Amino acid sequence: MKRAFAAFAVLIFLAGPNLSLAAEPQASLPQLEDEVMCPVCGTLLGLSHSPAAERERVFIRKLIAQGKTDDEIKDALVGEYGGQVLALPENRGIDVWAYAVPVIGLVLGLLGVIAAIIVWRRRRPDDDEREDAPAPTEAEEDRLDKDMARFDL
Amino acid sequence: MNWRTSIVVLAVVALLGFLVWGLVKKGESSLALGEPVPVATLPTLPEGSEGSLEDYRGQWVLLNVWASWCGPCKAESPALDRFEKQNRDKIVVLGVDTKDLSEDAMKFLREFGIKYPQLRDASGDYTDQKLKTTGVPESFLVDPEGNLVAHYPGPFKDEAAIEAFAAPALEPQASASGDQDK
Repeated sequence: MKRAFAAFAVLIFLAGPNLSLAAEPQASLPQLEDEVMCPVCGTLLGLSHSPAAERERVFIRKLIAQGKTDDEIKDALVGEYGGQVLALPENRGIDVWAYAVPVIGLVLGLLGVIAAIIVWRRRRPDDDEREDAPAPTEAEEDRLDKDMARFDL
Repeated sequence: MNWRTSIVVLAVVALLGFLVWGLVKKGESSLALGEPVPVATLPTLPEGSEGSLEDYRGQWVLLNVWASWCGPCKAESPALDRFEKQNRDKIVVLGVDTKDLSEDAMKFLREFGIKYPQLRDASGDYTDQKLKTTGVPESFLVDPEGNLVAHYPGPFKDEAAIEAFAAPALEPQASASGDQDK
């Protein structure tokens, strides 16, 4: 039993690096084209076929052929063109606010809606408010009685 | 006027304000002649150092914005290079490579044998936002005080066109900063 366990452990150890490599996402041009910008067109790279965009594609293909990951390729693009080449802001530094602000806004919005619902429910006409209503006059009471009598089956 | 009407009026006024501001900003489409040309410290090409238009204060400068992927830039480069070789005692030609791969830019410089100084504006912030370029190539003639004398959007047809553009710098009395005042 011990031998079988040891053999299994050795097998896992040897297969470990291969398993981790297999799990590494393969960089692909179509995917990156939706995540980076064309440097001159102001659009996603995938939407542009300008000469500058074609050179950017050549650069990306070269890095893919070298086995670079998505993140490494994006870093290289930032090194070449600056941070604006990324279609999405980076999740570090001041760029984090680009992600945080919508979440904070959503939370504050939800809290506002909940508060508004609570206030609205509390302000529904209650018995006190009904008591504040002016009492019907005699003429109104007579008319009401007559009307009710007409519906009396 | 109740508070709801006030909010609507304020919102409309704010929206109109933004629209007017946008139109005014859009109107500022190019640098004004006679005004100082904005400067920025940028990496040089080849990389390893930094430079700025300001480094050439006291000299006439023909600042040429280009990119290796730009066909018209390739077309004007031989004439610009010849012009620089013939007039380097009177004017500095300063290239600014924009939104370009550094490797492509270096290949471009080797291909055309360009030796004059080059800056690299990788993001295009300097050329787009400060120089307000609308494309490549574009050239700016800057006097020794750093003011804009002439602007040439598009490629130079030939060397004669460059000489005509840079004429204020090529006149004998304009070769040095102090000479203009004498």
